[in-house]
Amino acid sequence: MLEAQIHVTLKRSVLDPQGDTVRSGLATLGFQGVTDCRIGKFMVLHLAERDPVKARAQVDEMCRKLLANPVIEDYVFQICEVGE
Amino acid sequence: MRWGVLIFPGTWSHQDFGHVFQDVLGVDWGYVWHKDTSVAGYDCLFLPGGFAHGDYLRCGAIARFSPVMDALIRFARDGGSVLGSCNGFQILCEAGLLPGALLRNHSLQYRCRWVHIRTESTDTPFTQTARSDQVLKIPISHGEGRYYASPETLARLQSSGQIVFRYSTPDGQITEEANPNGSLENIAGVCNEGRNVVGLMPHPERASEALLGSEDGRILFQGLLEGVLRR
Repeated sequence: MLEAQIHVTLKRSVLDPQGDTVRSGLATLGFQGVTDCRIGKFMVLHLAERDPVKARAQVDEMCRKLLANPVIEDYVFQICEVGE
Repeated sequence: MRWGVLIFPGTWSHQDFGHVFQDVLGVDWGYVWHKDTSVAGYDCLFLPGGFAHGDYLRCGAIARFSPVMDALIRFARDGGSVLGSCNGFQILCEAGLLPGALLRNHSLQYRCRWVHIRTESTDTPFTQTARSDQVLKIPISHGEGRYYASPETLARLQSSGQIVFRYSTPDGQITEEANPNGSLENIAGVCNEGRNVVGLMPHPERASEALLGSEDGRILFQGLLEGVLRR
């Protein structure tokens, strides 16, 4: 079975106060070496499609139409073969 | 003239709009369910606040695909007047009817309080009876109201006068302190290029009676009553 693993993150140009807050929390815990933190979403889709090329095209369309908002977000994904 | 108030699963301000239309303004109005596929018979449409479809994924992202949205988009493209408040604004941005997007408040906190907004454009059906630079006292109630648009979009909005409201002090100064959510350029509301679709984060329907602390929100409806038919 094919699985799509999708990461959606805010564009670099978009301020991420949640990421900044987590970074300062890490600093408070003693992890001073974190210079940047961005929070995003991770989505896992199981696909009926068996052809990886077609699956890639479908997932790209899903990302463009719904899973990410191109005004504020970027996305990357990979298609993996996983057990049924 | 008949006004329609859209309801999605999770919308919560529709009754406030209905109350103002019925009991305060005395206009003919009705609810439009998100599964309706026609908005025929309505002269103006309102998208109220709330958490449409739970605001899952992103605010307004799922609502944008509700069956009624095709009819709404056609209505707007044909020049029909559409106002989105709060979640309604988020839905209109997700649907591509308005530029930009609404992000998590800079404070990461939900903000529910009175704000002041300065009228930046009176050239929309909803602000045509307001004075230029008129400051309105209207409440906000949102966790995700930080307006964002790319620098290019922002420049276009400014040059074409599509910024309709900015958060300001009570005397109309645009300051950082007056910005409740970190919106770029203190933007509280924008319109589309055709100027018939307006979205804003504040809730005019909650500021339409003196008893509730302000009647300033009525200005957005008053303009329609006096002018929608000539547009």
